[in-house]
Amino acid sequence: MTKTVQLHSYALSRRSFLITAGSLGVAVAFGGLLRDASGAAVAPAVKGNYRPNAWVTIAGDGMVTIMSPASEMGQGIMTTLPLLIAEDMDADWDSVRIVQAPSDAESYGNPGFYGIQLTGGSESTRGYYDLLRLIGAQTRKVILASGADMLNVPVSELATETSRVVHAQSGRSLSFGEIAANGALPDPLPQATEADLKPSDQWRYIGRRDIPRVDVPSKVDGTAIYGMDVQLPDMLYGAVLRAPVQGERPEVIDDAEARAVSGVTHIVPLSYGVGIIGETVEATTRAKDLLNVTWSTSSRVRAYTSDRLLEQYRSVGRDLSQAGVEAFAESDAEAAVTGAATVIEADYMSDLVYHATMEPMNATALVTGDTVEIWAPTQGPTGTQGFAAEVVGTTPDKVKVNTTLLGGGFGRKAEADFIVDAVSLAREAEGRPVKVIWSREDDVRHDKFRPLEAQHIQVGLDDDGNIVGWRHRIVADSIFARTMPDLFESQGGHDDVVTEGAHFNYAVPAHRIDYIRQNNGLDIGFWFAVGVGYTRFGIECVLDEVAAAKGADPVQLRLELLRDQPRARKVVETVAKMAEWDRERDGRAVGVAYSDAFGTHCAQVAEVSLNLQTGMIRVHKVWCAVDPGVAIQPLHIEGMMIVGITNGTSHALFEQINIIDGEVQEGNFDTYRVIRMSEAPDIEVAVVPTLGSPVGGMGQVGLPPVGPAIANAVARLTGGVRLRHYPFLPERVLEALNA
Amino acid sequence: MSDDRKRTIEKRPWSITRRAVLASGSAVGALAAFGLKTPAMAQETTPAAPAAFLPRVLVSFAVNGVTQDIDLDPRTSLLDALRETIGLTGTKKGCDHGQCGACTVHVDGRRVASCLTLAAQVADREITTIEGLGDDEALHPMQQAFIDHDALQCGYCTPGQIMAAVACVHEGHAGSEAEIREYMSGNICRCGAYPGIVAAIRNAAQVMEG
Repeated sequence: MTKTVQLHSYALSRRSFLITAGSLGVAVAFGGLLRDASGAAVAPAVKGNYRPNAWVTIAGDGMVTIMSPASEMGQGIMTTLPLLIAEDMDADWDSVRIVQAPSDAESYGNPGFYGIQLTGGSESTRGYYDLLRLIGAQTRKVILASGADMLNVPVSELATETSRVVHAQSGRSLSFGEIAANGALPDPLPQATEADLKPSDQWRYIGRRDIPRVDVPSKVDGTAIYGMDVQLPDMLYGAVLRAPVQGERPEVIDDAEARAVSGVTHIVPLSYGVGIIGETVEATTRAKDLLNVTWSTSSRVRAYTSDRLLEQYRSVGRDLSQAGVEAFAESDAEAAVTGAATVIEADYMSDLVYHATMEPMNATALVTGDTVEIWAPTQGPTGTQGFAAEVVGTTPDKVKVNTTLLGGGFGRKAEADFIVDAVSLAREAEGRPVKVIWSREDDVRHDKFRPLEAQHIQVGLDDDGNIVGWRHRIVADSIFARTMPDLFESQGGHDDVVTEGAHFNYAVPAHRIDYIRQNNGLDIGFWFAVGVGYTRFGIECVLDEVAAAKGADPVQLRLELLRDQPRARKVVETVAKMAEWDRERDGRAVGVAYSDAFGTHCAQVAEVSLNLQTGMIRVHKVWCAVDPGVAIQPLHIEGMMIVGITNGTSHALFEQINIIDGEVQEGNFDTYRVIRMSEAPDIEVAVVPTLGSPVGGMGQVGLPPVGPAIANAVARLTGGVRLRHYPFLPERVLEALNA
Repeated sequence: MSDDRKRTIEKRPWSITRRAVLASGSAVGALAAFGLKTPAMAQETTPAAPAAFLPRVLVSFAVNGVTQDIDLDPRTSLLDALRETIGLTGTKKGCDHGQCGACTVHVDGRRVASCLTLAAQVADREITTIEGLGDDEALHPMQQAFIDHDALQCGYCTPGQIMAAVACVHEGHAGSEAEIREYMSGNICRCGAYPGIVAAIRNAAQVMEG
């Protein structure tokens, strides 16, 4: 047993391993969805009847079908998770077929995420890792037992090779296909424990760079099926005109013109807008434009003006007489700061940001009596079942969710608003499926943005410039107050996703984190790295301010504060070496930042230049070193770092939603700017795993360090000009330069 | 799994789930979160009466070498005609305003934003979409290069990127990395797979130009 696998002994219920007839139901096959000759809505059932458990089916021809429980939004999860099963069952990866699991939390829920199916929080690999390896090991034991029976030898004399059971003594062997075709499942089914897992030195697949993502081929030839691509027989289209200000309701609906549009079949008043159903996209789009709605004017969101509120949040953060909810405390940070020789004090702020998934929100639903079937690019099938059931007045078990590919998620598709639309309209067109498509403008204006927030950080230093105390106050709206109100209450009004990342692994003797909630009625939500995206901005920039105050090198200061943490030091040292940290650069400078969020260590160096006349920052290159513990798919990890760094650069430089009197000012990519190819930095990534460490999260890891690395580089380039407000718009940069 | 890790999971449940919300008895809260209030709609739903006048237009054009004669609402964009009428969903709808490039197709060999092009405008033209770029034998070199250079994540922008990239090479704008970045900047990749896309185009350009 190597140290690599650290498991609690899972109490694997027998139930989860029983072959319950029909428990798999009809699976939605990836790529082939909806394309069979009959036009039926689903792909054929999984072939074969040798099913050691709900996850694996082996056919007589040796084809191994493995369920992928999580939502694929580009992070490669539908390769990574099945690969873990294939590893420990010793399947031949070339004979593996992967099928998107149906909505069935009991069978496919994430043990690290309340046992539900929800892809987010960089929790999929972390949450499923132990379970799926055990599933693989258990599958192997079942196959071995069947093989022993067929070969009439003790199971202890058998071994496995790829998709083969081998009896070395007699030279006989059986393929998995032969066992599936002719063998019987043992009764009782053997169970697996940690001791059955394959030691890391025998891994065939984990850690290999040359295993391609299974979702890629269909994405380059146009056959991949996203939610937007779902087409069903007799399908209608839906659109929803939403209130321009969140919380308003339609009071008078003049739909005379809309109703007259040819192809429109229903106008559906909703509490939050007006739905249109029609035979074509053109009909619904046209009718939506022609609706004349008088909206209520009572929503408190009408008082929401983001610029003004952010100034208010900043004032709250600076007003130390206002107490916050304690998110973390170690020793008396207040006393330590008060008694310090020097105090470094700064405010950091970030504007609202929009998800901008390339695939706008959409969903297709079919309501038949008290049953609902949904096809959607959702991060949360389990939650979708609940919300759909509420809309129709049925129970979640009557709701089947077919999770399609997602054209980007970033937390947006963990929400259910677009699915509620589809189910609400499908209920009116009972018996016919309705596909609801949001326009890009709908998508921008009715997003659940990342919270508007201001932070106030105070760091106390002693006479030698050593940190004696750290106070961090985060002033922001709450996500949990909306999505998990009872949890929010039970935590005394704390929202740990909003303050996420404020807790760090630097050695400081006294540390306190406070959350001061603001509530101005606007729904805000989970965005790429959520709180970590701004808390690390504040922390990493303030650390550079500390370094400047004591005349220390920023890399050396971090290494000093991470002195007891070899993994953290490794990524910082690696990235400094990659970037040639000490090299002078003509007209350019480098800045560094580090993050240990999501259980993964990540350090980045950004190289920037600055146009002093225009205030425009150019990020030329970003180097990144990342230690995820176990690097299951190193090439995919590099890809995810590139996503995080590019998006992180985009949000640090450009991304901003402005709300005035409750109305979102931006509407499409002409007004909401995201980074384009000509503006994107070169990126170099080193994946430096530490064998024997727990597996870390990956999805969101790349984003948090890049913004502070850019700000720190600008400060080094300009002799200490600090950028403290995301995004670093040219006018803000000029203002800082002239301050 | 360390105790630390376990605690993190227990402490940070970010999910909007019926189980989590309803188990704590706040179903109404959950509905309110999405703007759904049970008591009543503003007015009753009624089916629309069929409109008397149904303007249609008959258009004929070739898509990937196959002639399509289709009967359309004259407002139909080429994008919607391809996706919803002809059933070729490889071409993607991203912004519907020519801002993102996801809908890029070739019309007589030149790249266009199909969302800004009316289907009626392309009568008698030759359209090529992602589905028609390769042949039965092999992928187009650009498609293969996108695979080889890990040039995509979620893949939603990929068909548009590939169609734009092929045109970029044909236009003679793939001479350097900087030129590729400039001439591809109409295509947004929210996953930021730009480094891989640039590498793929450089590589495919060599193959395409023999």
